[in-house]
Amino acid sequence: MQPLQLSAFTLVSPLGAGTNATLDALRAGRSGLAHCDFLDVDLDTYIGRISGLENHPVRADLAVYDCRNNRLAQLGLEQDNFTEAVAAARQRYGRERIGVFLGTSTSGILDTELAYRQRDPETGALPESFHYEFSHSCYSVANYVQRVLDLAGPAMVVSTACSSSAKVFGSAARMIQAGLCDAAIVGGVDSLCLTTLYGFNSLGLVSSRPCRPYDANRDGISIGEAAGFVLLEKAAPNNGLGSVMLLGVGESSDAYHMSTPHPEGAGARLAIQGALHAAGLTPDDIDYINLHGTGTKSNDAAEDQAVFSVFGGNTPCSSTKGATGHLLGAAGVTEAIISALCIQHGLMPGGLNTEHIDPALKSAYLLKNKQQKVNFVLSNSFGFGGNNCSLILGSVSR
Amino acid sequence: MKIFIESVGILGPGLNGWQSSRAILAGTAPYLQAALVIPPGDLLPPAERRRTGVPVKLALAIGCEAIAQSQRNASELPAVFASSAGDGDNMHYIFDMLSKNGREVSPTRFHNSVHNAPSGYWSIATKSMAPTTSLACFDASFVAGLIEASTQTLASGNAVVLIAYDAPYPQSLHAARPISATFGVALVLTGNKTNRSLAELEISISRNSNASTPIADAGLEAIRVGTPAARSLPLLAVLASLNSEKIRTPDKIVQAKICFDYIAGNQLDVVVHPC
Repeated sequence: MQPLQLSAFTLVSPLGAGTNATLDALRAGRSGLAHCDFLDVDLDTYIGRISGLENHPVRADLAVYDCRNNRLAQLGLEQDNFTEAVAAARQRYGRERIGVFLGTSTSGILDTELAYRQRDPETGALPESFHYEFSHSCYSVANYVQRVLDLAGPAMVVSTACSSSAKVFGSAARMIQAGLCDAAIVGGVDSLCLTTLYGFNSLGLVSSRPCRPYDANRDGISIGEAAGFVLLEKAAPNNGLGSVMLLGVGESSDAYHMSTPHPEGAGARLAIQGALHAAGLTPDDIDYINLHGTGTKSNDAAEDQAVFSVFGGNTPCSSTKGATGHLLGAAGVTEAIISALCIQHGLMPGGLNTEHIDPALKSAYLLKNKQQKVNFVLSNSFGFGGNNCSLILGSVSR
Repeated sequence: MKIFIESVGILGPGLNGWQSSRAILAGTAPYLQAALVIPPGDLLPPAERRRTGVPVKLALAIGCEAIAQSQRNASELPAVFASSAGDGDNMHYIFDMLSKNGREVSPTRFHNSVHNAPSGYWSIATKSMAPTTSLACFDASFVAGLIEASTQTLASGNAVVLIAYDAPYPQSLHAARPISATFGVALVLTGNKTNRSLAELEISISRNSNASTPIADAGLEAIRVGTPAARSLPLLAVLASLNSEKIRTPDKIVQAKICFDYIAGNQLDVVVHPC
C-alpha cells in the first residue's frame, strides 16, 4: 500500500491526557488501572477510568451530543495541539476533502442504560432527555468529531468490537487511494458502560486483579476507556526524519467462534502476514510487536501461536494492556499511537503486572522497558466475531 | 469511482428475494405489503441459528442469495456489513436486565450485542477467513457501506459482498429511533466488468443538494424513508429495470442517475449504465 503519514496524533487513556503523559507513564512503568469505582457497578475488578469526565461536558453549542463517549472524544481532541493541526490541514485541503473514520464498540449506550432505569413505570417510555441519534447511535461519535473539527468529508463508524479502531486505518487508506478524500481523521473512542463490564464478566473474562497478559496465572481482562485520534495524509515530499508512517494493514476473520479466538491463531496469523505483505516487509524487519495481549487464557495462547509461527521466538513483544487496560473499540488506535511513540522515542515498553511468563508461550515477551532504535512496529488488534486487524508503522517512507 | 454489480439479494416485507421482487421493483407488478419471511437456510447449525436474532438471519439470507447468483464462493469474498440499528431486540433485553437487581447478562446475549455479530456469524457459517467489516452511519449507513465496499473492491481487485440490513427496535427504544421495516439488501461488487456484470455504477460524492431519488410505489417509498438499509431501493429499482424499455430502448441505452442523501451537506450520486 501507499504509505501514509501520521501528521498529528493525540491520546487520552488511563495513562493520562496527551502523548507526553502517555510516554511518561510508559517510561515509568506506571499502570492506570484502579479498583472499580464506576457508578454503582458491584464487580470485583480493576478498571481504567478517565477521571473528570463527569465535569467535562461536550462543546456548548453541540450540547445535544452530550454523553460520556462524546465527552471523552472532546477531551481527546483538546490534547497535543490536535485541533490546530487539523485546522492547518483544513486550510491545505478544504473541509470537504478530509474524512472522519472512527471506531467504537459501545458508543454512548451508557446513556441508554441509565435511561432504562428511568423508564416510565406505566408506559415504559424513556425520559425526554434521552437523544438516541446523538448518544446511543453507533455513528454519534464520528458525527460529533466531524462537527467539532469543522469537517465535511466522508465519515463513518467502524464497529467490529475490539479491532474497530485499527480497521479504520485500512478504510482511510482505501478512501484516500480512491480519491474520495486527501486526508483523514482516524481513531476511536470507547467509554465505560455496564454492558461491557457485566457482559465480559458473564463470559468469565474479567480479572479481579489488574490484568496480567502472558502470565502463567492470567485470568482475564481489565476494562478501560480511551480516545485516540490520528491525522493521516499522503506523505509530504520532504517529510522530516522522525515522522511516523502507516506502512501496512492486514485484515482477516477467524471463521471459528463468536467470542473465542481460533485456538492456533490462524486468523491472527493471516492478518499479520497481510500487514507485512502490504508494507513490503519481512518478519525480520519488525523491531517490536505491540500485542493484542488481553490477559485472557485463550487470547494470549492463540496470539502467541500466530506471532511465533511468523516471527519465531526472537522479536521483542509486549502488551501495554497491563498499563492501559483493554480499551475495546479504542484499543487499536491507542496501541497504534503507543507504537508511534515507541518509534519516535526508541522505546520498547515492558508489559506490566506480569510476574511469571507462561512457559507454554514462546514469543519474546518483554517484562522490562528496553531503550533502543525502533524502526518498524507491528500492532495487533483482535475482536469478537473473530475480527482481526494488524497494523505496521515505521519511521521511514519506503 | 466506477464499479460493477454482479448480483442482488433482497428481503423485506413483501419482497422475497431478487427474482420474485424484480417486477415489483421495476413497477410492472403491484407491491403488496406482507409479513417478512426469512428463508431458513442451512448455513448455521440449528442450535446456533436459534441463538441468533433477526439481523443475523436476515444478513446471512441476503448475502447467500447474492453470492449464489454471482456463482462465487462465499469463503473467498471480503464482506462489508452496514447497519444503522444493530440488533435492537438483543439490546433491549440487555438494557432491561441491567436496569434490574442482579444485572445478569447472558453471555450469548453479550457476544451477540456487538455491531459485528452478523459478520462474525457470516464468516463462521461460510468458513470465510476473508476480511469482514461492520459500519454504521445512521440514516446513511447503506451509502457508507456502498462507499466502503467500492473502495475495497477497487483497492484489492477482489469481488466484495455488501450486506446492508436494519430492523425495527422494540419499545422503549422504538419511540426514540423509529425504523419502519425489517429490510436487507446484498450486492456483489467487482472493480472490473465480468461476464455476470448487471450494471456499471459511476459513484461520486458531491456538494449538490438535490432531493434524494424516491421510489414510485407509495408503500415502498414509506419503507425507503423509514429504514436506512432501504435507502437502497431506488438503485434496486433501476437494476430491476435494466432490460425494460425504461432503460434500454431498441436504439439506445439510457443511463439512470440516483441521488442518495449522505452526510455533512454531501450527497452520493450514482449513475447506472447497463452492461
